[in-house]
Amino acid sequence: MSFQPLVKVEGLKKYFPVSKGLFRKTHDYIHAVDDVSFSIQPRESLGLVGESGCGKTTTGKLLVRLLTPTAGRIFFRMEEEEAREEGVRLEDGYVDVATLKGRALKNFRRHVQMIFQDPYESMNPRLTIYDIVAEPMAVQGIGSVMEREQRVAEMLQHVGLTPPESFMFRYPHELSGGQRQRVAIARALIINPTFVIADEPTSMLDVSVRTGVMQLMQDLADRFGISYLYITHDLAVARYMCDKIAVMYLGKIVEMAETEELLHHPLHPYTKALLSAVPIPDPTYKREVIEIRGSVSTPINPPSYCRFYNRCPVAKEGLCNVQEHPPLEDKGGGHYVACHLV
Amino acid sequence: MREPVLSVEHLTMHYSTRKGDVHAVDDVSFELHPGEVLGVVGESGSGKSSVAFTLMRLLPENAHIKGGHVWMNGVDLLTLPEDEMRRYRWKRIAMIFQAAMNTLNPVYKVGDQIIEAMETHGVAYGEAARKRVAELFEMVGLDPALMDRYPHEYSGGMRQRAIIAMALSCDPDVLIADEPTTALDVIVQHRILKNLLQLQKRLDMAMIYITHDIAVVAEVSTRIAVMYAGRLVEIGSTEDIFLRPKHRYTEALLQAFPSIHGEKKTLLTIPGELPNLLNPPRGCRFHPRCAFATEICKEREPEYRTFNPGHLAACWHPVGEENA
Repeated sequence: MSFQPLVKVEGLKKYFPVSKGLFRKTHDYIHAVDDVSFSIQPRESLGLVGESGCGKTTTGKLLVRLLTPTAGRIFFRMEEEEAREEGVRLEDGYVDVATLKGRALKNFRRHVQMIFQDPYESMNPRLTIYDIVAEPMAVQGIGSVMEREQRVAEMLQHVGLTPPESFMFRYPHELSGGQRQRVAIARALIINPTFVIADEPTSMLDVSVRTGVMQLMQDLADRFGISYLYITHDLAVARYMCDKIAVMYLGKIVEMAETEELLHHPLHPYTKALLSAVPIPDPTYKREVIEIRGSVSTPINPPSYCRFYNRCPVAKEGLCNVQEHPPLEDKGGGHYVACHLV
Repeated sequence: MREPVLSVEHLTMHYSTRKGDVHAVDDVSFELHPGEVLGVVGESGSGKSSVAFTLMRLLPENAHIKGGHVWMNGVDLLTLPEDEMRRYRWKRIAMIFQAAMNTLNPVYKVGDQIIEAMETHGVAYGEAARKRVAELFEMVGLDPALMDRYPHEYSGGMRQRAIIAMALSCDPDVLIADEPTTALDVIVQHRILKNLLQLQKRLDMAMIYITHDIAVVAEVSTRIAVMYAGRLVEIGSTEDIFLRPKHRYTEALLQAFPSIHGEKKTLLTIPGELPNLLNPPRGCRFHPRCAFATEICKEREPEYRTFNPGHLAACWHPVGEENA
């Protein structure tokens, strides 16, 4: 694996204001993403897992710059020649995406695309499949009409919608959920991005069609050299889709490691509890569930100490509720944990 | 074995639409025994929820029961006039709906909504009803003080618990749970399932647990029915279904499902899409996607065969009989 990551995220933060009262004054902030750092190698797939409200989708949206970060930097590796063509400034071979604006931001989106959860709602129902898949090319002004048509046909073939002519001029409502998600994949990949953010791309699909879409995403990543940020709440799906997994809790990454390492040797008490609650499709296996108190709260003005303190089954009073939230540290072999007690 | 509390025979139900009849439930039969949890698994359009709504007789106007019986204590629920059905619904057979947490009325206190349900069914009134709600809240793991709060003050998991309390308020013999935890995170899901199973045992209730999640069904059920495209293709004990599946669809479904436990096995990809029920495939409904299909599968609907006492499957080429 290369030593030069494709994406480096450093100290990423996104705070949303909460307005209250008569004059809708802002006193409080939701710390949706709070000091998150990670990197993704070329061709690597990083899974971002966690419960609803942990900030995983916000992180994804920040990386494609559908949202602007409150603080932090998002470095994206680029060739010097490309950067010159697109008029962006490089720092050691990286462009800082967090500050991009206007034309440079649009150009950046040639390299980065997103696939959304709901194949029923992420497509304009009045556009044909051809228009939907060709849209990124049109937006970026790539290719003539003829070239676009050829490219769409090619992409539809890649995603298994064959023959392409029989799909191109149909509308989204005429397709099944699995077929629509294939269209979404074709749309995301048509301009040859190197980085794709996939937000729960298979969670709305039935089991019998889901594996096909998962397989397709992996095949295309291998073939075109794509890195994924794969956002999901489903750890079993993440096991199959990701080389590494990062677990988020209330806006923070609490643990990050190679997939099998994380699943078999979790170190953070939250990861342990989360993994133990995942049901296992084997009636002969009796798992031991680690019970934790309470439920995930909204990170409005959270305390500066460990975010998991009030639910943690092993927390030490006087330490975990006194010291700052623990930093994410390498505990050996690239297994990162943010916990005072590990 | 005790007499079944519910016995479904050859149930067939279609929805009429502008494009034609949707064959939602086709010739489905099963029995539910006291104290058991029957898991019903299937994908979208398998008919699993339609079966539940038919049992409750809570069907939209375009639904037509084409045939079959639902026996409960010697009475066929399908032939009861609506006013008599009302005495069964919720009191004898209750249901927790999918996304039920959104079915609480936002402008009434949660406790009052449950009291109203009990008063409507003549189970308890006034102070007695309030006391019963407090008991029910304790049972489902909610602080009884929460009964005077409004739904928006509850989290998703708490709302789901309140819904379970409401479903149990009239002390039903049969509880149908339709994907009650689908929208919840795994930690909350685990707590709710644990609680639901404890209650089911304590109240000696029979339960039908409907889900698309094979892992959940492995944990909650004593028996499992597998549905595909409106048909019940296999039924048996949880061990039979997981360790000795017979129908090729059941086998494929198990091989397509990922797990975080054990070795990372290769997942099976099932070709094709779920069938359109306006015009379901002839013969076995799974044949267009089945790797083992032959001529007979396209022509004739397979009949149920018994593989083990209580383990039935309708497949022309069951697992273990590769050359049959």
